[in-house]
Parts: sequence; structure tokens; C-alpha cells
Amino acid sequence: MSVTRSHPHDAARLHVTGTARYIDDIPTPRGSLHLAFGLSDTARGTITALDLDPVRAAPGVVAVLTADDLPFANDVSPSAHDEPLLATGTVHYVGQPIFLVVAESHLAARRAARLARVEIAAEVPILTIDQAMAAESRFEEGPRLYARGDAAAAIAAAPRMVEGTLELGGQEHFYLEGQAALAVPQEGGDMLVQSSTQHPTEIQHKVAEALGVPMHGVRVETRRMGGGFGGKESQGNALAVACAVAARMTGRACKMRYDRDDDMVITGKRHDFRITYRAGFDDAGMLQGVEFVQYARCGWAQDLSLPVADRAMLHADNAYFLPNVRIESHRLKTNTQSATAYRGFGGPQGMVGIERVMDHVAHDLGMDPVELRRRNYYDAAAGDFSTKNLGGGARDLTPYGQRVEDFELHGMTDALMESAGYAARRAAVDAWNAEHSAIKKGLGFAPVKFGISFTLTHLNQAGALVHVYQDGSVHLNHGGTEMGQGLFQKVAQVAASRFGIPLEMVKITATDTAKVPNTSATAASSGSDLNGMAVKAACDTIRERMAAFLAERHQCEVAQVRFEEGRVFAGGAEMTFAQAAQMAYEGRVSLSSTGFYKTPKVAWDRIRGEGRPFFYFAYGCALTEVAVDTRTGENRILRADILHDAGASLNPALDIGQVEGGYVQGAGWLTTEELVWDEAGRLRTHAPSTYKIPACSDRPEVFNVALWDGQNREETIYRSKAVGEPPFMLGISAWLALSDAVAACGDAYPALDAPATAERVWDAIGRLRDGV
Amino acid sequence: MSKIHVSTTINGDTAEFLCDPRETLLDVLRDRLGLTGAKEGCGTGDCGACSVTLDGRLVCSCLVLGAEAEGREIATVEGIAPGEELHPLQRKFIEHAALQCGICTPGILVAAKALLEKNPDPTETEVRYWLAGNLCRCTGYDKIIRAVMDAAAEMREAA
Ligand code: FES
Ligand code: FES
Repeated sequence: MSVTRSHPHDAARLHVTGTARYIDDIPTPRGSLHLAFGLSDTARGTITALDLDPVRAAPGVVAVLTADDLPFANDVSPSAHDEPLLATGTVHYVGQPIFLVVAESHLAARRAARLARVEIAAEVPILTIDQAMAAESRFEEGPRLYARGDAAAAIAAAPRMVEGTLELGGQEHFYLEGQAALAVPQEGGDMLVQSSTQHPTEIQHKVAEALGVPMHGVRVETRRMGGGFGGKESQGNALAVACAVAARMTGRACKMRYDRDDDMVITGKRHDFRITYRAGFDDAGMLQGVEFVQYARCGWAQDLSLPVADRAMLHADNAYFLPNVRIESHRLKTNTQSATAYRGFGGPQGMVGIERVMDHVAHDLGMDPVELRRRNYYDAAAGDFSTKNLGGGARDLTPYGQRVEDFELHGMTDALMESAGYAARRAAVDAWNAEHSAIKKGLGFAPVKFGISFTLTHLNQAGALVHVYQDGSVHLNHGGTEMGQGLFQKVAQVAASRFGIPLEMVKITATDTAKVPNTSATAASSGSDLNGMAVKAACDTIRERMAAFLAERHQCEVAQVRFEEGRVFAGGAEMTFAQAAQMAYEGRVSLSSTGFYKTPKVAWDRIRGEGRPFFYFAYGCALTEVAVDTRTGENRILRADILHDAGASLNPALDIGQVEGGYVQGAGWLTTEELVWDEAGRLRTHAPSTYKIPACSDRPEVFNVALWDGQNREETIYRSKAVGEPPFMLGISAWLALSDAVAACGDAYPALDAPATAERVWDAIGRLRDGV
Repeated sequence: MSKIHVSTTINGDTAEFLCDPRETLLDVLRDRLGLTGAKEGCGTGDCGACSVTLDGRLVCSCLVLGAEAEGREIATVEGIAPGEELHPLQRKFIEHAALQCGICTPGILVAAKALLEKNPDPTETEVRYWLAGNLCRCTGYDKIIRAVMDAAAEMREAA
């Protein structure tokens, strides 16, 4: 039995010896060419002149392509066909690819790309939320609205009310491996593409369209990514298509990788949001009515913005029952990078909105913020007697009509408060703040309830392909991609346990569209849920065939054939798995099978905002303590305590790794990671020198992470839960802790925007101290 | 542009190559010598993914010219393991699950090894600040620090 154990990452040995290959490490065929885009320096306008002769004349340049040179589709959009690979007369953001340089080396291509003479008749760009609202520049016909009850009336009737506005910055993925692709022409016009992508099928699809061939003419392979985080769900399309087109044209292998600065300037990021809120509540802190207006800055193309904005609406409740609620969502079109998928996919933004409300309400009432949150929690799942439900009545219905049947946070909050010593530390922080004015401390608590499943229901499917060879070794393939989350390892554990064999007998192979077709992106945290089940189905098919054969041969019931610890037991006979495989092969039993899985129970109407978008919810909670230097705004995380629900974890070591990494990335989003565009629409923070992701020195000094001892109440693979995205939102506790520390500097509510950089913290302290 | 001939030592073996005077040591290692363990994460000295040592000193190979390798000794991640056996740092990184996507790992191992050679008994704070120039987007760093501390302890015992 190999599931639910802490096996190391499948490629760990390759990684520590520097031999794990990413796209740019793959040896390229002789004569390979390298590509670079020429980019728009203007946010919005019409190209009036394009002189590419100096580019063509540059050393090492083999070809230069514009939109007119593309033989078939000029489109790399994953959704609305509104994203040309190369600009077609107009430009829509600074960084938009206008032409493609094909050269003998990466540097030759990049140097040449700077030499074009491009003239653009500039128009006034739409950059900000205000400008987009004023211009009615949006995707979809108008705002989306999800509502229940009469929020406005409930707020009006409530004894107390808070309202405010929150600005919430975007986030650069900063996958350490930049976008990359390699296309190698095959015989008969076929194309092999190696791509650093979370979505090989989408790459296959877009490349086929660009080459004017059926999808069967394109094979896409992805062994691993050096980080993805959503940034490689659609953003790799451009490179793969460019490589394929250039490879077709030149007959030579073509590789493209973005330099870091280009990567940050060209590719989409997390959506930044503005959220306005009004909340009515009683003196006990019970919410009566809440209204949100969410403004999402989507950039120039639609990409995945609609489902991202939907998910923000679907997480506007987070862990709280909102009896009357109205959520309005504006998806705004701006002349900036096309905002895209990023870990949490809008969920974090929605959640920050309600956590801000909770923070504000607690401040207004002078109530303990943890207690306030617990009062407003959804009802506990059946069988959780750890805490008495407050509030009475059935409080389990989300604003979109899905019942919360697996709510774990009452018990989890109890456990975390206990293990983190909350009560004593709260008192200690308050005492410290009463005595010190230069350094203030703060505590922040954030619960997370995150819906698991793609909200586009048809994406909730997965396939697998498993072979057992006659020596008993197993070849495993499925549609999921490996970006560091340990998916391959987890899925291999499933296969090993189905056959009762050691993990070493299972070979994990690169994701390959020729082995498993029509896959969904490895996204929405669904990787192991979906692919684990598909692999299980494939393994079980083979196992049943072997069992039936052995039962007949050894005169026993099929149910009596057991696969355990590398051996197979049939009637009185006992043999190794390898012997069993050999016998089955000689008995002409097929030892290869596909497997398929589709998530049950989900059904969802995104226009009406009703149904069951999620198979289940994953939970977590975090308590963060910070110290703030009130003279400079500089701050530091002193301690973080986390309890996270991974169901019956398939691999606790990998899952805890996801939790730690997610928390730190989430905290980075809300504290140090600031994206700055200037008035011309140029991104000024396009390298790690100006864009600050957390470093080793920023890790909390005390970092206690534990998994909640539970199992999924739904039938998932070995009752585990998805763990890719949910822990990201635990980082909200760091932002809340900063708010708490700032609040100790005066009487007013700090209303801290995000990211709460040292500068913003310092400003907020100034406002509080000046009493404005 | 005419190429420069460079003779150097890499992981204890002599090596010779021709390079463009503008070419970085990172590009030379990756593109000319096939040593792709050092990665390019930024190309500007800000991420540490390209870390190697030059005469024992930790450097970002993206900020060193290939031509500067002349007569020097370069050590890369490929040379950390003394033969088939893994170096204690490598073993501890596997044991502590101190990597996810793994692309930062080579640079971090080179940097950590350089630290332990200077300071076999670092405090946790010293490790954290020494590695502050090596970005990792996946792990949140906790397991990395634990792995380095644990490897240091084991190496002290063995010494
Ligand atoms: S690539 Fe050299 S420091 Fe980032
Ligand atoms: S493990 Fe992915 S960057 Fe460190």
C-alpha cells in the first residue's frame, strides 16, 4: 500500500543533481533556431508604419514574420478568439507582440527585435478601473449579479453598518522558469511541440489551428514546469504557436523562451480588483445583509477573465453565512496585459472582500475578530460536535444555492486557537501595544473555505493510460501536468497501491497528447482528484483482467485474488507481480488500459448564479503575528500557525509543502508584491529587482504547519482533498495582522489597501495618528 | 565578432571553449558545455538560479562573462555529488522535501554548499540571510532551511 505516505517528489534525485530537464535544457536538434517577439511600446493605437528591414539585416536573423505572413489562424486566445499572436494593425497594450524574429541564437533574435522602426498613432489608453467604467469598456454586456434576499433592506434595518472601498493589487506569477516552447518538425507536416504548459491539449489545439492541420497532426509533450501557478494555463500558447509556425516555415526546430523582463511585460497576471462593500449587522456581530461591488481589471483580451470573475463572486462569502447578499461584478477591459489564471482563480480576491468586512465589523464593535468570524460561520457538518452552532436555524446555504455539507472550520478553529495559544498571545500583543509606540504588533486570523471543481462543468473530466509490461513494470500516463505540486508522485502512489507493488515499479512519464487526449488544464486544484481517479480506473481494469485469468487458472473466486506487497495470491498459489504479469501475457490477457473519470454531482448555471458548482470544499485556517515599525512602515512576520484540511492526505510531505508555499505566496501578494504601471501604461516593475516576491529571509521566524486529521466526506481518491490553491488564501491572515498592528496606532479603522507595502502601512499609520 | 578562446577548470576537469566576448558564463555553461544545471531565472543577478562558484566564491553566473573563466576554477551543481553517492545537502533536500518544481534547487544547493564551506555551523538566521538571494517561488523556504541545517549537522558529525 503506497498511498497516504510521505514519499519524496518523483524527480527529486534529478533535481538535486541538476539533471532534471526543463524545456530550455532539452538538447535541441542541429540547426535549431530561436525566436523573439518585437513588442509594442504603446498602450493603444494604430500601426501606421512598420519598417522591419533593419531587423532582417541584423546578424543571425533568418526570417521576420508579421500577421500577414501567418498561413492560418492568427489567434492564441483560450476563449473568445480575441488575442492575435501578432498584432493586426492595432495595438492594445505595451508589450503586445507585433512581429516575430527567427534567428540563429536567442540573443541574436532578441537584439534584432529591438531594431524595428514602428510608428504608432497613439490613442488615449484605458488603464484604470475608473477610466474603464467611464468608457463602459468591459467584457460581457454589463455587470453580473448574484443575489439572495434583499441585502439593501437588511442593511437598512440592521442596528449597525460599515462600508468602504478596498483596492487590491494584482500579482505576477514569477514562476522561476519563464515561458518556453520547442517545436520540432516531423515527417508529413506533423509537429512535435514540447511546451512548459499546464494545458497541453490547449497548446495542441491552438498549434493545429495555426498550422491548418487536424489536431492529430500535432503532438504536445510536457514533462515538467519550473512553476506554473496558473500562469501557464493559457500564456504559453503564443510561444508554442510561434515556434510551430516558424518551424513549419523553415523546416528547422524552433525554440522560444521569454527573458524575464519580456515575460513580465508580455504575459498576464492576477486580476487586480476594487471592491466596495456595505454590511449591516447586529450588536452581537451577526451579519444581516452584505453588498459587494467587485471591479476586475481584465486587461485587453478576455482570456479566462469571465470564470475568474465568477469565482471571485463565488467566494465572496468565504466561510460565512450571509442571509441577505448582493454581489455585483464588473469585468473591465483595459489597455494592459490580459489578466489571467493565478492560483485561486479569483477566489482570493472574493475572499479578501469578506475578510475586510469581518475586520471592519470587528473593529467597529470592538469584538475579538476570531469570535466574530466564528459566530458567522456556516453550520458545522453533521457529526462535528466540537462547537455549538450559534445563530440558530439552517445556516448552510451559499449565496448561489449550494449547501455547505462538509463545513470543518468550527473544529479546525478550536484546534488552531488551542495549538497557537491564541488567547494568551492576544493578551500579550495588546499589552505590548499599550506599552510601545515605535513597534506595534498585530495578530490576524483567516479561515478559508475554497470550492473544488472547475466551474465550467464539462472540464471536470480526466483520462489515463496504464500499461503493465511482462516483467511487471508499469508505465503510467495521465492528462495532468507536473509543475512542482507533486501530482505525478501522488498519482504513481495510487497506481502502486492498486497493483500492490512498490513505487519503483511504476514509471511516470511526460504528459503527452498522443497518449491521453482531450485533457483539461491542470488547474482548479483538480490535478490529483481527477487524474488520480482516472488512473485508478485504468489500473483496476487491468487488475480485474489479471484476477479473472488467475482465478480461472488456480480454480478460485475472482474476489479471492489479492495483490499485495509485490505479490499476487490466487487460491493456494502465490507469485510475484512480475510472474503474474508474465503469466497473464502468455495467457493472452490485455495488460493495457485507459481510464476515465468525471466528477459527479456538479451542475451550475453561471448566468443565474445557481446550482452546485463545487463537488466539495477544502478548508484551512491561519493565525499570523507581525511586528510593524511605525516610523517606517517596515514589517515582518514573526509567526504563522496553520491548520489545513487535505482530507486523508495522499502524501503529507507534499501537501504540507503546498500549504507552506501557498501561504508565503499569498502573503507576498498582499504585502510586498506591487505591480506599478505608469500613465503611459508601461509596467515599471518587470524584474525581480523591482518586483519583490518573498525571499528566504522573509519566511516567518516561527512557522507551524499541520494537516487537519480528517477525510473528505465526498468520495474522492482515497478520500483526499485538493490542496494546490486553497492554502494560498491563508496568506490573507498576514494582511489582517498588519491591519491589526496599524489599528493599534489610533482609533479609526485603518482601511489598509493591498498590497500593504511598507509605504502603504506607513501611510495608514500616518492617517490614524493624524486622526484623518 | 571574433571569438575568445578560454581554458578553465569545471568541477575539477579542465575545459576549453570558444565564446563571444559578450557571452555570459551562464550561457557558456548551458549552451556550449551542456551543463544545464545552472538556470536562468532573471539574467540580472536577482534570483540566484544561476549560482556557481568561481575560485570558491559564490557568484551569479549570469553576471560573469564567459571570458572571465580563463584560468579559474568553476564549480556547478553537476559537481556537488562526489560520484554516485549524493552529497549530504542533496540527500537532505530529498529527505525534507525541500523542493517542488525544483528549478531553484541547483542554485540553492550551490549557495548552501558555499555557506557550509565557510561556516560549518551556521545559525538558522545566518542560513536565511545567506540564501536571501536565491528566490524560490514554490516552497515558502521552510523545508529548505531545515534541510540545510540538518545537512550541516550531519556534516559536522562526519568531520
Ligand atoms: S539568472 Fe542569474 S541571478 Fe537570476
Ligand atoms: S521549488 Fe520551484 S522555485 Fe523553488
